[in-house]
Amino acid sequence: MSQEPIIAIDRVNHSFGAGRLRKQILFEVTTAIDPGEVVIMTGPSGSGKTTLLTLIGALRSTQEGSMKVLGQELRSASEGKLVDLRRNIGYIFQAHNLLNSLRAWQNVQMSIELHGNISPSESRDRAESMLEAVGLKDWAHYYPSELSGGQKQRVAIARALVCNPKIVLADEPTAALDKKSGRDVVEIMHDLAKKQGSAILLVTHDNRILDLADRTLNMEDGRLVSLDAAPV
Amino acid sequence: MFAIPLAWLQLKREKIRLLVALAGIGFAVILMFLQLGFQDALFESAITLHKSFKGDIFLISPQSTSLIAMKTFPERRLYQAYGFAGVQSVSPVYLGFGIWKNPFWEGPPQPQTRSILVIGIIPGDDIFSLPGMNENQDNLRLTDVVLFDSASRPEFGPIATKFEASKSSASLIKTEVESRRIEVGGLFTLGASFGADGNLITSDLNFRRIFTTRQKELIDIGMITLKPGANLDETLARLKQNLPGEQRIDRKKTPEQARQDFVVGDVRVLSKQAFIEYEQKYWQDSTAIGFIFTLGTAIGFIVGTVIVYQILYTDVTDHLAEYATLKAMGYKNRYLLSVVFQEAIILSIMGYIPGYILCIGIYNLTKNATALPVYMTLSRGILVLCLAMIMCLISGVVAVRKVQDADPADIF
Repeated sequence: MSQEPIIAIDRVNHSFGAGRLRKQILFEVTTAIDPGEVVIMTGPSGSGKTTLLTLIGALRSTQEGSMKVLGQELRSASEGKLVDLRRNIGYIFQAHNLLNSLRAWQNVQMSIELHGNISPSESRDRAESMLEAVGLKDWAHYYPSELSGGQKQRVAIARALVCNPKIVLADEPTAALDKKSGRDVVEIMHDLAKKQGSAILLVTHDNRILDLADRTLNMEDGRLVSLDAAPV
Repeated sequence: MFAIPLAWLQLKREKIRLLVALAGIGFAVILMFLQLGFQDALFESAITLHKSFKGDIFLISPQSTSLIAMKTFPERRLYQAYGFAGVQSVSPVYLGFGIWKNPFWEGPPQPQTRSILVIGIIPGDDIFSLPGMNENQDNLRLTDVVLFDSASRPEFGPIATKFEASKSSASLIKTEVESRRIEVGGLFTLGASFGADGNLITSDLNFRRIFTTRQKELIDIGMITLKPGANLDETLARLKQNLPGEQRIDRKKTPEQARQDFVVGDVRVLSKQAFIEYEQKYWQDSTAIGFIFTLGTAIGFIVGTVIVYQILYTDVTDHLAEYATLKAMGYKNRYLLSVVFQEAIILSIMGYIPGYILCIGIYNLTKNATALPVYMTLSRGILVLCLAMIMCLISGVVAVRKVQDADPADIF
C-alpha cells in the first residue's frame, strides 16, 4: 500500500490530573490505520481505549507525541481546529446519544447541516435514504423514545455515516444491546463503511464481532501490546 | 444553519414545562403591566382636570403643591394680567373639598358622607372642555345648583342614573355639601383621580355659599386665555416683567423650564404644559406612589427573570449530553448558545402574548371598579415587551454558562 495512513499515531503519552495526582493513562502508543481499514481494539476496562479514541476523535488535544488524523497534526491544536476536524469523523457512542426532541430523520439531518449549503428538502431526502440503508425506512418519523435500543443505535449509525466520513469511531456500540441486535448493528455499520471506503476503529469487549475486523489491536495498561494481523 | 429549529423543537417536546414557563412569564408580564398601568393611571387621573382647562397660562400661589393642596392668592394679580398685550380673557377658579352627603343612602341610620372636590367658576366663562359643560352653562347661574361629575366614584350615590330618570318628573336631586342644601342641575364627565373621588362644578357665588369662610378676593387658580395668534413665550415674558413683586428663580430649573414656570411676587406663573408637569411632578416625586409602582415593576421583572432562568437552566441540564454530542459532531459553542438564546426569545414572546391579552381584561375590570383612566397604550405595550425580552435574555446569559460544561470528551 502506497497510501498515507489516515490515522498516524507516534509515541503518544497522555495523563490526567496534575502534580501528585497526575496519572498517566497512555504510554508510547504507536500505530497507524490505513484508509478503509476496519480495526477492532480490545482490552480490559481502564486500559485507556476510550482515551485513545477521544484523542483520535479530536475531543481532547494531544499532550505528547504525534497524532495525525486526516493529515492534520492534533498535538496542541486549537479548539477551533479540533471542532473543524470533528466534522469529518463519524461518531458512534456507547449510549446512542440521540437528540430526544428530534425525530429520527431530524437527528440524521443535524449531521448533514454541518456540511455546507444543502437545501432542507435535499438534506431530508439524504437523511431518509440513509435511514432506509440502516433498515429504518418506516421509522424515520419516530422520536428516539419510541424506538428500541437497536433501532436507536442504528439511527446513530445513520447519523455518523450520512456525510461519508473518512473515519468512523465507535466506542462499544453493542454494550447496551442484546446479542442479536448487537451483531446486526455492527454488521450494518461494517457494510456501509466498507461501501463508502471509510476506516473504522471499533472499541469493544464483544468477542463475537472480532471476525469482522481486518486487524485487532489489544490495549493493556495504556500500551498497545499486540499488533496481530487478523485473518482477512 | 437553522434548517432544524432545534430551540423550538426542544421547548415543544416538554409541553408541561413549556406551559409552566409561559404561565410564569405571563404572570411577570401581567405584574409589570399592572404596576406600570396603575402608575400611568394615577398620573393621568391627576392631570385630567389640568388637561381639560382651555386656558394657556395659569396663575397659582407659590405655596400650592398640587390640586389637593391649593393655597389661595389675590384675585388682583389675575386682573393685572388682563391688561397685558396678547391676553384675551382671564377667569378665576375656586377649589375646595367639601363633605357630600349621599342622598340615596339606605344603610344604617347615619348618613354616608364623602369628601368631594368643588370647583367654582364664573358662569359664562369658557373654562373646561368637558362633555356636558356647554349644555349646562345656564344652570350654573341658579342659586345652590351644582353640576355633578357622572364619572365620580359610586360612593357618592347613583346620582347620574337617578338624574337621568328624574329629568321627566322635573324634580331635581337634593342633597347637602358642607351642610348647605344644594340641587344637582346637570351632569358633566371628568373622572375620579387619586386625590379627588368625585367632582362638582358650581358658580363662584354658590361656591362661597358652600364654603362660607372663603373670601371673594382670594382665588386658587387664575386662568389666562391668549388672543388667537398671540405668542405664549412673549406673553409669559411680559408677565414676568410686569407683575408686581420680586422675581425668584429656581436654580434647579433649566432655562426652558424657567421660561414656562416662574414665581413673581406672590404668584407662580405656569404655561399649560408646565401646569400639567407641576402636578405630575408632585405625585411622582413628593409621594411614595411613583416609587412603589416602580418597585412593583422591578419585582415583576425579577420574578420573571428567575422563572425563565429556572426553566432554561433545567432545559440545558436535561440536554447537556445532547449538547455534548453536538459538540462532538463538530457543532461550535456558538450554535449551542444561539439555541439557548432562541429559546429565551421564543419564551418571552409566547409568554407576552397571553399576558397582554389578559391584561387588557384586567385593565377594563380596574377601570370599571375604580373610575381611574387605566387603558393599554402602545408605548407601554412595547415597553413591557422589551422588558420581557430583556428579562429572558438576562436569564439566557446566566443559563448558557452551563452549556460550557457540555464536554464531549466526557460522554464517550
